[in-house]
Amino acid sequence: MTHAITVTGLVKIFGSTRALDGLDLSVRSGEVHGFLGPNGAGKTTAIRILLGLIRADAGSARLLDGDPWNEATTLHRRLAYVPGDVTLWPGLTGGEVIDLLGRLRGGLDRRRRDALLERFDLDPTKKGRSYSKGNRQKVALVAALASEVELLLLDEPTSGLDPLMEAEFRRVVLEDQRNGRTVLLSSHILSEVEALCDRVTIIRDGRAVETGALADLRHLTRTSIQAELARPVTGLAELPGVHDLVVRNGHVGFTVDTTALDTVLSRLAEAGVRSLVSQPPTLEELFLRHYGTEAGQAGPDPASGVSR
Amino acid sequence: MSALTGTRELVRLALRLDRVRLPIWVLGIAVLPMTAAAQYLELYPTEESIREVGGFTSSTSLVALSGPMFRVSVGGLTAWKTLVTALVLVGLMSLFTVVRHTRAEEETGRLELVGAVVVGRLAPLTAALLTAGLANLAVALLTALGLLGTGLPAAGAVAMGLAVGSFGVVLTAVAAVAVQLTEGSRAANGIGAAVLGGVYLLRAVGDTGPVWLSWLSPLGWAMRIRPYAGERWWPLGLVAGLVVVLCCLAYVLAGRRDLGAGMLPQRPGPAVAAPGLRSALALAWRLHRGTLVGWVIAMALAGAIMGGAAAGLPEAFGSNRQVADVMARMGGSKGLVDMYLATVFGIIGLTAAAYTVQATLRLRAEEAGGRVEPLLATAVPRTRLALSHLGIALLGTAVLLAVSGLCAGLGYGIQVHDVGGQVPRLLAAGLVQFPAAGVIAGLGTALFGLVPRASQLTWAALVACLVLLELGALLGLDQWVVDVSPFAHVPKLPGSAVETAPLAWLVAVSVVLVGVGLAGFRRRDVR
Repeated sequence: MTHAITVTGLVKIFGSTRALDGLDLSVRSGEVHGFLGPNGAGKTTAIRILLGLIRADAGSARLLDGDPWNEATTLHRRLAYVPGDVTLWPGLTGGEVIDLLGRLRGGLDRRRRDALLERFDLDPTKKGRSYSKGNRQKVALVAALASEVELLLLDEPTSGLDPLMEAEFRRVVLEDQRNGRTVLLSSHILSEVEALCDRVTIIRDGRAVETGALADLRHLTRTSIQAELARPVTGLAELPGVHDLVVRNGHVGFTVDTTALDTVLSRLAEAGVRSLVSQPPTLEELFLRHYGTEAGQAGPDPASGVSR
Repeated sequence: MSALTGTRELVRLALRLDRVRLPIWVLGIAVLPMTAAAQYLELYPTEESIREVGGFTSSTSLVALSGPMFRVSVGGLTAWKTLVTALVLVGLMSLFTVVRHTRAEEETGRLELVGAVVVGRLAPLTAALLTAGLANLAVALLTALGLLGTGLPAAGAVAMGLAVGSFGVVLTAVAAVAVQLTEGSRAANGIGAAVLGGVYLLRAVGDTGPVWLSWLSPLGWAMRIRPYAGERWWPLGLVAGLVVVLCCLAYVLAGRRDLGAGMLPQRPGPAVAAPGLRSALALAWRLHRGTLVGWVIAMALAGAIMGGAAAGLPEAFGSNRQVADVMARMGGSKGLVDMYLATVFGIIGLTAAAYTVQATLRLRAEEAGGRVEPLLATAVPRTRLALSHLGIALLGTAVLLAVSGLCAGLGYGIQVHDVGGQVPRLLAAGLVQFPAAGVIAGLGTALFGLVPRASQLTWAALVACLVLLELGALLGLDQWVVDVSPFAHVPKLPGSAVETAPLAWLVAVSVVLVGVGLAGFRRRDVR
């Protein structure tokens, strides 16, 4: 199997902080690879090294069989990048920026550009300074997605997009994947990664803490439930997939594996639900649960079968 | 929450952000009249000695440049020589300060961050006005105190301080209106600079002809406070009235518009990039061209006015027998004119170098603004990106020097009926400054490549060159100190021989500095 990106033992130090501390990452050609981690985990730093914008202090990085620092310009003809924080030239219109970046990269699919403008509902005649954050993001997305490249590096590409546009973005990325493009998608939104990615790498404090196929990481997606019930519920603790159960005066709170949601909810319904709040756990919570520093909480779930 | 909540905090923030910039402006402006006064007190110890000056200051061209000299005395000469310069500088300081703390902050979205939490709608504008106001107060006080220290009459010192400070307040109010009109900080700066240029021209035309035109110009009012020449205080009333009107207008406009929007409509641009916009150089040109066009116009005007002024010199001096004798010893009126023009082109060289610094540092501004990263993520090599901005900076500098030389040649040549002779001479006098400006561009590139955070020190280097040129001899500095400035090695054209060796050295130093800077940029992390 060929790899679009192979990173081993990457280290980057800014002053006294180790932004990357021995990062390993491998992205196979043709896959959508999720790059997950909380803010400040080192996702952007890793991508900037892959783009040859900054230099690694140690370790090695290969990108499309090339050296990201020494062969930057030739490699950049084959990839497109969407930064997490898009800044545009105040006096250039969105359309001009899209065309310029496409041309500098070596080519732009005109028809696809116009189709994407349509799909993302973006007005290309506005000047850079008058776009909102979401619209700036769209400009960068259209510029990247419309270019004829084999690899997309997307750094939190949906920040600032509304849910409709987020859904449109997902559709486009899935289409791209079918056309054989490789995508590295950095994100801290679990549901987005779940919807798009074949494999994921989870990074924390500059190191990969988990990597593997998404199916193997299902255990990470537990939903947290808070409910007020009319009658006491029995046997909740014995149900498979229920964790961290707290019961107090008709109020229950627990987390549940996605696979067990259905069973658990019907059990709750039997007890008469007065109110229900469910939310997927934030990544931060997951990290705290699985890799927290407190004794007894360290180490991944031994039953998960995920390689480190 | 009132519309002004948080003003005090914003003023503190602005003063904190400007803790280096504003003091430099304030001190720079306040030191100017004081230094000149000290210099003239030494040069003209007696009443008689200064009378010689009176004749030539009344030549039309010089009046257009600096206004009428209201009284022939050391104080009068000081005011005549420095007031216009101080007024223009204080105007720019006020304009930039207000725009920086309103539009520029809005543009980057920082104001939204602040606006969402603790501050009232009108607090940012009020804070910017107060900040600029405080700076103007400081200029006024320091100018007056500095002049009092020289021992010249107290009323004149106070009048100078008030004239300078009050004109700063006028431009503060102008800027407050300008920032309501446009969406971009560059455009707001442009409007403000155009107003400043307009009131200057109005005064220049009025002072040499229909004097009522000068009374339409706030710059004319400031000069008619007449420091050291029978002070008149009532023009301050005109200033106060105008400031009140402009501030009211600004607040009304601010109350009507949305955050981030301007009053002038935002026209939609092209949906598709022009075919030519396909390289780093094409983008750089797009980013630079507006600024360069403004500079070309300003330098053309400056060249024409200063060149035109040269024609009036012999006639002004010829009426004074003593001076005529001195002139004869120096090689006749031609020698005097050449000396004047050489001095003018020294200043033009430094002014053009200000453009050089601005344009060279544009790439750093782009980098700090996060707009270099998306370019370098495409197939653009770093060297090509850097050279595209540097190339425009250098070419632009050459164009400015050529244009000012050409216009000076025309301005002088037409009056002495020797266009064919003067234009090439003064073109050469302009272009010979280029290698020195090149060294400054090299310094900016080297700093950008090696220590990008310190890039702004290029401005400090340029100011150092200015100080060495203007005050080197006055301060009695050793020649080697003066020689640190690249401009000290430029032949004094017109009127002296061109030595190629120093010019070749300047070019060599520029090339080395640029090479070092490019190598540094290729090796370093972006942003």
